[in-house]
Amino acid sequence: MHFRRTMLRRGLAGAVLASAALLTGAALPAQAWEPTKQVTFIIPAGTGGGADQMARFIQGVVGKHNLMKQPVVVINKAGGAGAEGFLEVKKSKGDAHQIIITLSNLFTTPLATGVPFNWKDMTPVAMLALDQFILWVNSDTPYKTAKDYIEAVKAGDDKKFKMGGTGSKQEDQIITVALEGVTGGRKFTYVPFAGGGAVAVQLVGKHVDSTVNNPIEAVAQWRAGSLRPLCIFDDKRSTYTTKVTGAMAWSDIPTCKESGVNVDYQMLRGIFMPAGVTKDQVAFYVDLFKKVRETPDWKEFMEKGAFNNTFMAGDEYAKWVEAAEKRHYELMKSAGFLAAGK
Amino acid sequence: MEEVASLMQGFSIALTPYNLALMFIGIVLGVIIGVLPGLGGANGVAILLPLTFTMPPTSAIIMLSCIYWGALFGGAITSILFNIPGEPWSVATTFDGHPMARKGQADEALTAAFTSSFVGAFVAVVVITFLAPIIARFALKFGPAEFFSVFFLTFASFVGMGRGSPWKTVAAMALGFALAAVGMDGVTGQLRMTFGYDQLLNGFDFLIAVIGLFGIGEILSSMEDGLKFQGSQAKLRLRVVLTTWKKLLAYWSTSIRSCIIGCWMGITPGGATPASFMSYGLAKRISPRGNNFGKGEIEGVVAPETAAHAAGTSALLPMLTLGIPGSPTAAVLLGGLLIWGLQPGPLLFVEQKEFVWGLIASMYLGNIVGLIVVLTCVPFFAAILRVPFSIIAPVILVICAIGAYTVNNNMFDVWMMLVFGVVGYVFNKLQYPLAPLVLAIVLGDKAEESFRQSMLLSQGSLNIFWANPLVASIMTLGLLMLLWPLASSLRARFGASRSATA
Repeated sequence: MHFRRTMLRRGLAGAVLASAALLTGAALPAQAWEPTKQVTFIIPAGTGGGADQMARFIQGVVGKHNLMKQPVVVINKAGGAGAEGFLEVKKSKGDAHQIIITLSNLFTTPLATGVPFNWKDMTPVAMLALDQFILWVNSDTPYKTAKDYIEAVKAGDDKKFKMGGTGSKQEDQIITVALEGVTGGRKFTYVPFAGGGAVAVQLVGKHVDSTVNNPIEAVAQWRAGSLRPLCIFDDKRSTYTTKVTGAMAWSDIPTCKESGVNVDYQMLRGIFMPAGVTKDQVAFYVDLFKKVRETPDWKEFMEKGAFNNTFMAGDEYAKWVEAAEKRHYELMKSAGFLAAGK
Repeated sequence: MEEVASLMQGFSIALTPYNLALMFIGIVLGVIIGVLPGLGGANGVAILLPLTFTMPPTSAIIMLSCIYWGALFGGAITSILFNIPGEPWSVATTFDGHPMARKGQADEALTAAFTSSFVGAFVAVVVITFLAPIIARFALKFGPAEFFSVFFLTFASFVGMGRGSPWKTVAAMALGFALAAVGMDGVTGQLRMTFGYDQLLNGFDFLIAVIGLFGIGEILSSMEDGLKFQGSQAKLRLRVVLTTWKKLLAYWSTSIRSCIIGCWMGITPGGATPASFMSYGLAKRISPRGNNFGKGEIEGVVAPETAAHAAGTSALLPMLTLGIPGSPTAAVLLGGLLIWGLQPGPLLFVEQKEFVWGLIASMYLGNIVGLIVVLTCVPFFAAILRVPFSIIAPVILVICAIGAYTVNNNMFDVWMMLVFGVVGYVFNKLQYPLAPLVLAIVLGDKAEESFRQSMLLSQGSLNIFWANPLVASIMTLGLLMLLWPLASSLRARFGASRSATA
């Protein structure tokens, strides 16, 4: 009975789609694919982090705006710095009901640990946004610009300045090593913590001297006047001009290049699915995420976290990922973070 | 008394029929989530989070925080009835709660657990109401060295607690540390002791170890005893709530101490799990009936439950004011706040008054609703034990397997759970204590991480643990705790020899 009803509904939906195609005259593919059961959305990170927040937000938006007939189920597979989640996608070849959101650990984890996976084991779907990084110091310190801070590091003893960050041999430490390129041989003492929020609070409590927190992780402390942003690791300033604190907007934070610190880094927030899926299946998800990005909820979310709201799909996205992988390899090689045999 | 006015306004927000209905739904869902081992508060809240996006933020957080209270209450049920802690902070509740159930006092143990939970949570909410801004600053003083000192204090207050040989305690603890080290090492970013097996990437999840060690181990032992479940003489006493409350009044000092430990650990944010262990350890030391702990002493239920809930509740304070979650569930709620368009942090209390005070008011109401719901069900829960063991054992086994699977959606974990079950059985036979093993699995990696962070900060100098009055006093307290058994045994020997010469 239930079976027949769903068949009927599906038939009806098909008819509506077909007539819509006739009306608009659009050339729809003969049989547009759509999920036939629940879609599993894997997060290769723990609950409460940036990737987790974004994935659960997307799950909520898809539900709220009815963007898909089948439900989305979000699961965290954080083991081995995300390796667990990526290995799961790698072994689910041909399964079009599985998608995964990425952090930089897509590149860094296999390089640093030697766990065998690579983005080429998966099908790139779309880039949703790029997450920014900002150099933060405690607002009680005298450093007003990135230049001031770097000069102080240069003048201090080696390893005197402590940089707090999330994880080890991941994005935060990569940026820290890149910064050491402009400190005249002075190294930072890099202290890894479990999560970005904890890192920001360690800086407020003055247990470390600086951090490279994502905007969303530190914005509350910035607004409360406890932290000061020095520069953003992007080649252009942020485009968000609404005031965040009494005096400043995201767009008022200078780029690190402007301040004479030639380092830029952004983190991919993108979607992949298992290898061996058809074009139609990829097209469905590309379309789904386009719809997600058109919602007002998404725009608000982007602004709150000062994300670089860039969208890519198809070949363009694959090329971007390939270049990013190369870049990570070089950054990690020069930092000495590569696992044996990489 | 500006807080009182704000709180009253909060009550007016929380007390709408819609919100009250959500509270009730949340509590019931939470109890179910807490009862199912493996699902856990954090997972439960995360699963339901997206459903709340269409609600007003205040209603959404009321429902989700009620799930959290419900899960806190529910965790005690399986711990007491079947020796299976559904949540890390319920482990210490099993030590005396389950022996009570075996003696046929399941209803008393449950009443004691629920009431203590309520007392702990209620005190913590009062603390949040009146001291939020002052106490929130205190959490900022906690760097890696301070965190390590708290973990050290927890371990120290636990040493010498086992009834058997202290060497067996140390051996069990060392095994726990070794198991906790498997998986990703957060400080170097390298994999440790995975021997190339992908399944070990995640390390040994605490919940899987506990479900196996306690739940499966218990079933194996009961099977050996001829399928006879000692809890079967559980009587159905409807007045049990009132009679137990009368008994609980005698333990007021334990309650107060546990509340202090809990609030402190929740705010710092050390978390509910160390709070429950520390409180149990201290109660055993201080109580005149300390030697009976572990054999079904009601005070051994009061202490960990009060502390766990005081900590679980006050953990919401650093989340709201600083944006640091004091527990995994708080971390998920934190994500929720951001999605609803609220920015947790120092300004939340200023900018979102209605939301904050609505939430605080719902903490009072949610806990009262929760207490009523769970207390009315005590005879029902206790009656479960009257079901013949040959029927209930397979059900427990299935629930355990589902629980173990749910933790990481991984079949390997179910096999792991069975292996831990055999380990638990062998530990029982050889009279090795399970508690130190579990404590080390739960807190081992966190303690190691904060120790190594401290060493990075101090560039290898141990002085960092005596660098300021705060960390120094916690470390000293820890050392005193560690040496206490030694000192008391020396004193006993000295006293004995003196009386012999006299």
